[in-house]
Amino acid sequence: MRALARPYEDVVVAAPVTVPYTRHSIHSAHWFLAQALAKLIQAAGIRKSDIDGLAVSSFTIAPDTAVGFTQHVGLSPRFLEHVPMGGASAIVQLRRAARAVEAGDAHIVACIAGDANHVDSFRLNTASFSRFARDAVYPYGSGGPNGSFALLTAHYMRAYGASREDFGKLCVAQRQNARANPLALFRSELTLEDYLNARLIADPIRLFDCVMPCAGADGFLVMRRATAKKLDLPHVRLLGAIERHNAYPGDAIQFRGGWALDQDALYDQTGLAPKDIDFLQAYDDYPVITLMQIEDLGFCGKGEGPEFVRRHSFTVDGSFPLNTSGGQLSMGQAGAAGGHLGLVEAIRQLTGMPLGAQVEKARLGLVSGFGMINYDRGLCSGAAILAAQGRGKRRKKG
Amino acid sequence: MNALPPQPPRAPSSRLKRRNPLVALKPPLVPPFARSRAAQGLTAAAALGVFALQRCEKCGAAQYPPRDACVQCLSPRLRWRPAEGTGELLSETLIRHGQELYFRERAPWRVGLVRLDCGPSAIVALHGDCAPAPSRLRLRLALDKSGQALMIALPEKDTPDMAEDPLVRETTCAPRARKVLVTDAKTKVGRAMVEALVAAGADLVWAGYAAPWKPSPHLEALGALEGVSLVPLDVTDESSVRELAGSIGGKVDILVNTAEYHRPGSIASRGGVATARTEMEVNYFGLLRLSQSFMAALKARAADGPASATAWVNILSVHALSNDPAHGTFSASKAAAFSLAQALRADLQASGIRVINVFPGSIDDEWNARVAPPKLSPAALAKAVVEALERGLEDVYPGEVAKDVMARFLENPKALERELAG
Repeated sequence: MRALARPYEDVVVAAPVTVPYTRHSIHSAHWFLAQALAKLIQAAGIRKSDIDGLAVSSFTIAPDTAVGFTQHVGLSPRFLEHVPMGGASAIVQLRRAARAVEAGDAHIVACIAGDANHVDSFRLNTASFSRFARDAVYPYGSGGPNGSFALLTAHYMRAYGASREDFGKLCVAQRQNARANPLALFRSELTLEDYLNARLIADPIRLFDCVMPCAGADGFLVMRRATAKKLDLPHVRLLGAIERHNAYPGDAIQFRGGWALDQDALYDQTGLAPKDIDFLQAYDDYPVITLMQIEDLGFCGKGEGPEFVRRHSFTVDGSFPLNTSGGQLSMGQAGAAGGHLGLVEAIRQLTGMPLGAQVEKARLGLVSGFGMINYDRGLCSGAAILAAQGRGKRRKKG
Repeated sequence: MNALPPQPPRAPSSRLKRRNPLVALKPPLVPPFARSRAAQGLTAAAALGVFALQRCEKCGAAQYPPRDACVQCLSPRLRWRPAEGTGELLSETLIRHGQELYFRERAPWRVGLVRLDCGPSAIVALHGDCAPAPSRLRLRLALDKSGQALMIALPEKDTPDMAEDPLVRETTCAPRARKVLVTDAKTKVGRAMVEALVAAGADLVWAGYAAPWKPSPHLEALGALEGVSLVPLDVTDESSVRELAGSIGGKVDILVNTAEYHRPGSIASRGGVATARTEMEVNYFGLLRLSQSFMAALKARAADGPASATAWVNILSVHALSNDPAHGTFSASKAAAFSLAQALRADLQASGIRVINVFPGSIDDEWNARVAPPKLSPAALAKAVVEALERGLEDVYPGEVAKDVMARFLENPKALERELAG
């Protein structure tokens, strides 16, 4: 019997900030994270000392962790989390922070993620990513995530009949969404022909299937609703959230993520159903994983992703708005901030302050995270449902 | 020093093209070397040419990638056991853009995800003849150019010319189309080695000979073979070694050190150290002189096309591991040579040249006339060396006696010491 997680009591998320992404930068992770913190303080109109909780995610902060970072920026939090969970970090930070403010362990939690990207950062990160990667992936062609996702993509295509055009449709729609976003690294038009004819990276993956690693940071604040009201901060309510690590270890190859295991818990906790959701911010370092999230979060059945893609437009102004800021595929992947990108965009959409175009009447948004290709699959998954303040519906379970 | 004898006509041109001399020599790059300690178990298996995985001694679960605790029951009792090397290919990709220089130069690189029949999934390097997914495969552990284990997948059944696949060439040291120096061809082992290498398709075998005043009935016959060239080489004479290296060092792809001095006898059976000193001069210092003169050129040519410099073979003795008192000083000299060979291996590792150590038991030659059978015939030893090169092994225990001593050594080295004393 599954124990239902306690609902969240008036936990809200506010002050979405982005330290603009750049392809390469000589600045360190500390620099980007500190700028994210400064932007949070400025956006909320608070003092640095008002932040009594901190959650940090970064691949390139070594040899420091969140601990060393507190001294670097002169912060004295009474709640501190270092969340090394890649693209699932945003959801995990949010879950930890939400329970902390509910319990009174912290008043205002700053959730930040960011990474440096020096010219050789990516290769060095890949080489030492995990023990299993070092022992059993890196010596096999040093493909990094490109190689791993190529294997998952090839298998998904064979198993479920997805075509290159299906993946291309997602990438093209996201680029369309990015065109209005001044912070996106890629804003020029991308056609399906461009996508299909791009340079092969690791078959069947071509150039526009891959995120561009970059430097940057994102952040948001978690607090009780009363705190946000007192600060007069636009905010959104957290209705429910799930996380799962190393789901389905018996699957010989990854064709689903932890969402499939936990989607009932998410919808039970919120009293919502997939049809209630107004937009999805999916983790999109490669389009195959977006398809898995659409399936595993219940928008369609397993293997029905390709058919679902053919039915929707995924643009901000179309059906099933997806990755409305352009997603990582168009904005870039600032390391561990990759999962924060979708979360800050969801807050922006639900508070009517998007970077690009606004999803009309957006009231309920689903944000999903995915992280850490430790060996042959991504291990961390998470998702959260956020509601626009005063407009989120919440059904009583009967 | 003797002048080089006239060169015999070149061996027929092989199918493998050597590098165009006008094209710059590629630097000897190797793939990533770093591994966890547990993963070195794969390397140990690959060195012997065995397919092995960790198995939990408590619940029996096969593990991959290598772990420090059982993925099922958390027991730390994980033992390396021979495993069934078969599985099904679930997915594959062609990596066209590696991050490491080694892979960039060799792109595209075929990689697959395989479900092993014994349980776990593995990312493997795919032989070019493997059928697309879903398909059945045979798995092998091979040593890559860095000297570390790589799980490679071969097609379910042998295909024509499968040894010519770049993955196979990259993980093995086949003598075919390569030039080989056998340091002493005058011994029975040396002669068998030259003949075996010629039969294995070597492009050219330089057959070294010392002490030209000492008659050797088979040497002339060897020299008359197509693809064999006699070269004077005395490993106890530094200038002789240097002179030969200066003449052919830049062309040697494989060096097989057969030079050996062996006189049976216990410590008490003879006075003085003259014999022991000669054993050390040939068996230990000989290897050191060869190393100093031939290493640099081998390293430089480690990525010289499909017929690059590739391997160094040492004929040691299984009694390098544990002394046979009836051949006490000989065993000691081989132990010294083994230790030096480890240093040589470490030096050559970064360039991708493989050091193959061969640990025979008693060889059926004149110096083991009083040793009871079974003894290893020189032809069998030579065959084992060629097979080790073709399979890309690193440690070779040819014949029943060597395997028996090795097994006893691994199980209980102290017991073996007592057994050999008896």
